[in-house]
Amino acid sequence: MKNNAPVRKTEEFVSPPCNIIVAGLGGQGVLTATDIIADVARRAGFDVKKSEIKGMSQRGGSVTCDVRFGVEILSPMVPLGEADYLLALDATQLEPNRHLLRPGGATIEPSVIAADKLPQKKMLNVALLGALSAHLSMTGQEWLEAVGAAFDPQFLEANRQAFLLGRASQNKSVHATVPAA
Amino acid sequence: MDDGNKLLLSGDEAIALAAWQAGVALGAGYPGTPSTEILENFSKLGGHAQWSPNEKVAMEVAIGAAFGGARALVTMKHVGLNVASDPLFTVAYTGVAGALVIVSADDPGMHSSQNEQDNRRYAVAAGVPMLEPSDSQEAYDFLLAAVNISERWKIPVLLRLTTRVCHSSSLVRPRTERDTPKAASFARDLKGRVMVPGYARLAHRRLRQKLAEIAEWNEHCPLNKVVPGGKSPGLITSGVSFMHAREAAPECSVLKLGLTHPLPMRKIAQFAKSVERCVVIEEGDPYLAEAIRAAGIPVEAKPEMYRFGELDVARVRRILRADTTPEPVPPPGKPPQLCDACAYRIVFDTLHRHDCIVAGDIGCYTLGALPPFEAMDSCVCMGASLGIGLGLRHVLPPDQACRVVSVIGDSTFVHSGISGLVEMAYNPPPGGHVVVILDNSTTAMTGHQEHPGTGRNLQHEPTGRVVLEDMARACGIRRVQVIEPRVGSDAFEHALTEALKSRELAVIIARRPCVLVARQLKEYEKQCACQENGGVCESAV
Repeated sequence: MKNNAPVRKTEEFVSPPCNIIVAGLGGQGVLTATDIIADVARRAGFDVKKSEIKGMSQRGGSVTCDVRFGVEILSPMVPLGEADYLLALDATQLEPNRHLLRPGGATIEPSVIAADKLPQKKMLNVALLGALSAHLSMTGQEWLEAVGAAFDPQFLEANRQAFLLGRASQNKSVHATVPAA
Repeated sequence: MDDGNKLLLSGDEAIALAAWQAGVALGAGYPGTPSTEILENFSKLGGHAQWSPNEKVAMEVAIGAAFGGARALVTMKHVGLNVASDPLFTVAYTGVAGALVIVSADDPGMHSSQNEQDNRRYAVAAGVPMLEPSDSQEAYDFLLAAVNISERWKIPVLLRLTTRVCHSSSLVRPRTERDTPKAASFARDLKGRVMVPGYARLAHRRLRQKLAEIAEWNEHCPLNKVVPGGKSPGLITSGVSFMHAREAAPECSVLKLGLTHPLPMRKIAQFAKSVERCVVIEEGDPYLAEAIRAAGIPVEAKPEMYRFGELDVARVRRILRADTTPEPVPPPGKPPQLCDACAYRIVFDTLHRHDCIVAGDIGCYTLGALPPFEAMDSCVCMGASLGIGLGLRHVLPPDQACRVVSVIGDSTFVHSGISGLVEMAYNPPPGGHVVVILDNSTTAMTGHQEHPGTGRNLQHEPTGRVVLEDMARACGIRRVQVIEPRVGSDAFEHALTEALKSRELAVIIARRPCVLVARQLKEYEKQCACQENGGVCESAV
């Protein structure tokens, strides 16, 4: 296919969004984690889209969700090789999804969380959001509000602890260049 | 920074909200990914929502409501419209007194479906207007537009969604007012609604006249829009493909079609003429490209390889490069499987050990086809296990026929297995047949919805219950057994071997609540008992 018109780069039209892939297994809280990222981005005033695949995922299979935020978001899916972050709730889901990362994109892996310090085992998703949050521009307060809104109030304190545990894990080790958003 | 006017909604949630605000009087449907959450959310908002036994009945209930002058909504996944297609084709003729919006949620790429049929073909085949939203805001806006078009032309409207519209979330700015449509009231219109040939011939002409008027209106319809830009190429697109195309080629001019049947051919011709090259970007079948070319407008269609699966930004870039080299194959993820504690594991293990030929059906239990069981030999459509099992029994040699078993879930059985059971009683194979109904007391695959066999309605409140074993006996099946499949119990194996040996017509109901919701189901039962008790609860927690 020939191109007669001069091709202008995408960046001239839209500033690049922040692209995040959340991967895990059915039942681990992948959808909830994605909801929280989308909600905190909305609270911070960004345009945001998330895309999820349900159905068979409930049966313990791989679940992958896309969430994107920025000035203007078009496709609801993170384009291949353009993910800034891969948040894996299960270590087995790193390799099958690594190809989605852009060069220099970062992984947030379950091993960064000291599992024995988690208030509850099932709060790994919130702890990993804490780790992710250290890389993004939204404030800790905005994150905690979004986390609080996602769960029953009785779990607020435990989720707050899980979130802060993850956030603290990233204090000294920022693995990736932080995107514009 | 929190913009309180904007809500982050999935496409399904946006449609539910719009239906509520449009004053839709009744929403009916059958659960099916990715459409299920529409009615669930419509109900939560206070709308009258109900699960029907299948999509055909849901469509008929909605038609009745629309004949009565109300605004009605019916929702289903793409294959559900096959079931509901009989009423669809004729309600297009009769038209409606109120409004009828038919939601078809297609699943390109088959994330959770048995095929990836493109239901835009139904709009053409049945002759109904069709809208295709591209995100949640449009899902919201287009539902409202569909209601208006339906009322204005007294015609059912197809709102065609796809997985990435239904299950993607984006910001929606809803309007603040809720409509109060005129009250339902019956007005007799014998010639308009009794489709005997003499009246139907006239009705067909009326339908074509309405479509001609809508096509003319569509030429200036605000649901279509042009994004100005470069002319080589210009793009014509619809639905979520618009979003992928804008991101893949932000420099290109775009004609985005919202009302995609009947097409605004003059507008399309004008756009095609305004650009040097015109490429159609669409997911699934080349519906737009074929229709536009048939109208004599030269446009480029995507290469055939992009008919398969979903589109995304990378694939649109490839289409624009006319790249037909093999695409990268993503690394395999972990496939789903029957839950560790699922009672059906025992069933499939038994069927596997007895080397049964299993005509299967649609539901979680289709996972019985995967290792380690590999105990399912066919899965075609809802309810097909009975008919297919019977067909096999009729033609196979006796040593094979005697091993044929039909396996179907409880919700699927009520959906369209009952007719198969009647067939079994009416045309029994000489060696008998065995039907296993896997009754886990819920529609598990789609997210645990109620069905007529649970005795609870969409809202999980008590209602009439279809008792499966009574239904089987009423069909004339004498060998009906209810067993509980449990680890350490040979009840299922015993029932199966005895039934196979008997050469009679047999129904075995393997009943055990789905492990994922067993506790929840108990809670519903408690609440139901409490309500039937006149609101007196012993332990309402």
